[in-house]
Amino acid sequence: MAAPETSTAAVQTLYTNNTLRNAFGGVLSFFILLLIGVMAFSIRLFSVIKYESVIHEFDPYFNYRVTQFLAKNGIYEFWNWFDDRTWYPLGRVIGGTVYPGLTLTAGTIWWLLNSLNIPLSVETVCVFTAPIFSAFASWATYLLTKEVKGTGAGLTAAALLAMVPSYISRSVAGSYDNEAVAIFALIFTFYLYIKTLNTGTLFYATLNSIAYFYMVCSWGGYTFIINLIPMHVLLCIVTGRFSSRLYIAYAPLVVLGTLLAALVPVVGFNAVMTSEHFASFLVFIIIHVVAFVYYIKGILSPKMFKVAVTLVVSVGLAVCCAVIAVLIALVASSPTKGWSGRSLSLLDPTYASKYIPIIASVSEHQPPTWPSYFMDINVLAFLVPAGIIACFLPLSDASSFVVLYIATSVYFSGVMVRLMLVLAPAACITSGIALSQAFDVFTGSIKFQLTGASSNTEVDAAETSSSTAESQTDAVKTEKPEETAKNRPSRKSKKKEREHGEKPSTKAKAEKKRLLALPLESSVISLLLLVLLGAFYVVHCVWAAAEAYSAPSIVLTSHSHDGLHVFDDFREAYAWLRHNTDVDDKVASWWDYGYQTTAMANRTVIVDNNTWNNTHIATVGTAMSSPERAAWEIFHSLDVKYVLVVFGGLVGYPSDDINKFLWMVRIGGGVFPHIKEPDYLRDGQYRIDSQATPTMLNCLMYKLSYYRFVETDGKGFDRVRQTEIGKKYFKLTHFEEAFTTHHWMVRIYKLKPPKNRIRGKTKKSKSKTSSTTSSPKRSGTKKKNPWQ
Amino acid sequence: MGKFWVIFVASISILLPFLCNSFSPETPTNRRVLVLLDDFAVKSSHSSYFNSLKLRGFDLDFKLADDPKIALQRYGQYLYDALILFCPSVERFGGSVDVAAIINFVDSGHDLIIAADVNASDLIREVATECGVDFDEDPSAMVIDHTGYAVSETEGDHTLIASHDFIKSDVIIGSKKIEAPVLFQGIGHSLNPVNSLVLKVLSASPSAYSANPLSKLSTPPSLTGSAISLVSVVQARNNARILITGSLSMFSNRFFRSGVQKSGSSTKYEKSGNEQFLTELSKWIFHERGHLKAVNVKHHKVGETDEPALYRVNDELEYSVEIYEWSGTSWEPYVTDDVQVQFYMMSPYVLKTLSNDKKGLYSASFKVPDVYGVFQFKVEYQKLGYTSLSLSKQVSYFVSHDSGYDFSFETSLTSYLEETCNRNRSSQKSV
Repeated sequence: MAAPETSTAAVQTLYTNNTLRNAFGGVLSFFILLLIGVMAFSIRLFSVIKYESVIHEFDPYFNYRVTQFLAKNGIYEFWNWFDDRTWYPLGRVIGGTVYPGLTLTAGTIWWLLNSLNIPLSVETVCVFTAPIFSAFASWATYLLTKEVKGTGAGLTAAALLAMVPSYISRSVAGSYDNEAVAIFALIFTFYLYIKTLNTGTLFYATLNSIAYFYMVCSWGGYTFIINLIPMHVLLCIVTGRFSSRLYIAYAPLVVLGTLLAALVPVVGFNAVMTSEHFASFLVFIIIHVVAFVYYIKGILSPKMFKVAVTLVVSVGLAVCCAVIAVLIALVASSPTKGWSGRSLSLLDPTYASKYIPIIASVSEHQPPTWPSYFMDINVLAFLVPAGIIACFLPLSDASSFVVLYIATSVYFSGVMVRLMLVLAPAACITSGIALSQAFDVFTGSIKFQLTGASSNTEVDAAETSSSTAESQTDAVKTEKPEETAKNRPSRKSKKKEREHGEKPSTKAKAEKKRLLALPLESSVISLLLLVLLGAFYVVHCVWAAAEAYSAPSIVLTSHSHDGLHVFDDFREAYAWLRHNTDVDDKVASWWDYGYQTTAMANRTVIVDNNTWNNTHIATVGTAMSSPERAAWEIFHSLDVKYVLVVFGGLVGYPSDDINKFLWMVRIGGGVFPHIKEPDYLRDGQYRIDSQATPTMLNCLMYKLSYYRFVETDGKGFDRVRQTEIGKKYFKLTHFEEAFTTHHWMVRIYKLKPPKNRIRGKTKKSKSKTSSTTSSPKRSGTKKKNPWQ
Repeated sequence: MGKFWVIFVASISILLPFLCNSFSPETPTNRRVLVLLDDFAVKSSHSSYFNSLKLRGFDLDFKLADDPKIALQRYGQYLYDALILFCPSVERFGGSVDVAAIINFVDSGHDLIIAADVNASDLIREVATECGVDFDEDPSAMVIDHTGYAVSETEGDHTLIASHDFIKSDVIIGSKKIEAPVLFQGIGHSLNPVNSLVLKVLSASPSAYSANPLSKLSTPPSLTGSAISLVSVVQARNNARILITGSLSMFSNRFFRSGVQKSGSSTKYEKSGNEQFLTELSKWIFHERGHLKAVNVKHHKVGETDEPALYRVNDELEYSVEIYEWSGTSWEPYVTDDVQVQFYMMSPYVLKTLSNDKKGLYSASFKVPDVYGVFQFKVEYQKLGYTSLSLSKQVSYFVSHDSGYDFSFETSLTSYLEETCNRNRSSQKSV
């Protein structure tokens, strides 16, 4: 919490015009930033310290595998990579369907380090990419907030972002996912936009396009940028803030940015052809029209201008109607009205759960609950409104952008819990502004009260500095390009002049404000309370980083009365697959485990976490929901050799396949209507005990999960569902157990080959008894319990 | 569409299930056959049949079925390549042999001949049931045919049947037509119609039925007409071959030599068809006929010889395989015009009949389909009487980036925004 205090120090140095103090403030800011970077990096290392240096969860394993491929085969092979290990037999063209930003970044770091003779493994580089980029992200936040409200706010916002739990959850060491670099790219792009807006130089505009390109490379969330910036431009135009700076900030971004975005294979022509991008083009047209109108206004007399306006408006309306009609027809002709499922669910939160079970099935696509706001952004949630108010005092182009950013991101985070990640930087920026403004006010009051009325002028200066902060310096900067515009008799510049004219009156206001200075005691107490609030935030963030968000989810731990238990069943199972099955064997499992199976076991999977083919996933879902024989046929037709299920009933691991099973039924039933959800529910309740429906008790998922489960405790008590299972003793006819991990969390079954002979009809005579005695003998050898 | 490239993955799997057969392609002679008998008298009474086998180079080992020293395998190695059960009345095998041992023997690719008879023991019936053949459950029932019986001096009970309802397959019963009817006396069996592995080689005439000839027929017989099979063969999925018949006496010297005249027919044959029929059938059972092998599976671009790493879609692709049939002494080119290759990914994208050069080399050329994915070259050849061939070779296709934009655009449309907010992490819990 040193940042705000130094900010006031920095502020004061500015106004004493003491170059030495100025330099001192700069050096101090630099070191504070350095420390913020170190903190952002180190707070994310809990996962490495508490567990080990491994890649986490699901998607990161895919990214890791792609990076390995890149490091091994080079960039050209990477672009042309057709992955035959996944989505068998369809395969997946990785180069054309993946956002390459993260992979290329980590690959470049690895290559650089190796060429410097620092032999780090690809895995190590991947594990630490996210912490490194969160340091970058906090520096980018500093830059962005500094552009909006000055150094003090910048440092505060950077410190807040460095440890905001929402961002930590996606960027702990090992969480090697697109968001890790994308959040940095997002903030940095916004910073460059604001910078261009404030300076109006093409240099920053070009940089902005390049940053946007990096964002497009990194994350599908780039559509947020390409919609937010046009919205802000539109807002500026509507509120009469159009300027040449705005034009320079926006037009090059659209042209260059779209061209660059189209270079990314996964985006390609989508950059001009999908409705997510239409807003930017529309605004692009509007800004040109507005610029043209201002230009015409400048060269025509007011009377002529009026005539021209009526002419243009009438013709323009007709053309507009025609264009809009064509657009609507085009969009309406596509089945989803030009919007893909996930974006539709952004606009209508109930859309996905109604129509697309595969989207609804993902936990991250659910709306968040209130506790998750408190968990993920903590005290920032309360500071944000204060920050928004601070942004209006006074409202500049930059601060209006921040307001717009926070407003839209709050909306989106309310739709999908994973978009909380987009909210986090906005919340940090506004909270940073709020905190730093508050500190300014309180420290200013204290200073005023302490120095008293001894030196009025000095206080006056301090007061103005605290209220308007560095926005004034921005105003100083921005005045320069406006001077050229001022010469023209436009309404806009007149307004500006009027504002300039009002400057003295604001100074007068500042005089009054001196009277509004708070009493010493309340200032001190408020300061203390603020520090306490910050301290609470820090404590919460450290707790969240250490306890809540550091679990790699492939290694699980649990504390019980007899100490710490480690469940390493996933890696055990994948290692078994890697060492005991043929290289070309196909493994079927629910899509959640697809990435891990390809990355850790190096075996071909049928479906994986890139859920691009709903039918294929539905096929697997149908197989899991079918009785054994039908399931065997489905799997056999896909050349599947092994089936992997995750079962938590023995140790009480709740996110196992039985708990996800209804989604398999729903997704499977969506494509294959003979699978009906009510068949699996008893009176609308999902249960696996003796009350369960026969369909449920006979489906493959039930059988594979609970096969021989009763042998563990004699009762078959499922510790996740807290009930005894319905069907305890049964045999598998078309599958055989191949491997079960130590805690039974992963169970692997092998498909039996088709029978060599087909038996005749069984006879009732004595032969039956002798045949039954012979068959268990044969299967008896296979019944070895791999658990013991 | 742009140009498509084809890459061949080094991992290539060839499934040749018949290689695990007992039938060693290299040393087909010197095959040891275990013959289990109820009584050594059978050895002499059926000597013609045994001699025909010995002449063809088989090494017959005669044992009594209840000999305590018989064993099919020792130290995990099978001692015999085939088993003949001429012991219809055995209740319990001696030594380590039991039903499971016999079934395992078959499941590991060895051949089996079972001859049952009236009052066949449960043991023999059970072996037959395991192979997919159900003998008439009435232990004293015999096949009776009052119109298709063999004329003899005494009127008899019409249990000696002369049948010539052979299966229409040259590969199973030989290309030479069997003129004389086959004499049969024993029990009938039925087959499960859905069982695709078992074939009726010799069936009873429509007027036949299965009942006890000594007692009066009180209830309708359970097995009637041509549903009754007299001789059946089974080709298991591992290509082990099994012969099952309900008559031991049809192998006997007496039946081999006896003349035959079918009732209602004036033609009297000097010699029954038994010898020719059963000898030809044994050739099939012991893989001297109808046994195919496929070798040298190759695919390459037209005009080239090596399997290339890349294919362009507009290039023609050539696939070739050599198929040979065992003639009893050597591998001869197998000539036919009905072998097809599939270019398969979930369903066949290309289905093409292979043309052959009469020397066993089959080939076809076709254009690569306009779809990317992991494809297989599949040859599934299943023909009556022949071992089934099932070859598959995995290849994968992909589209290179310089090939143009179409592809990338196409897939992006389907997967678009699947990744907008990056990929999913995992399914949520539904309860």
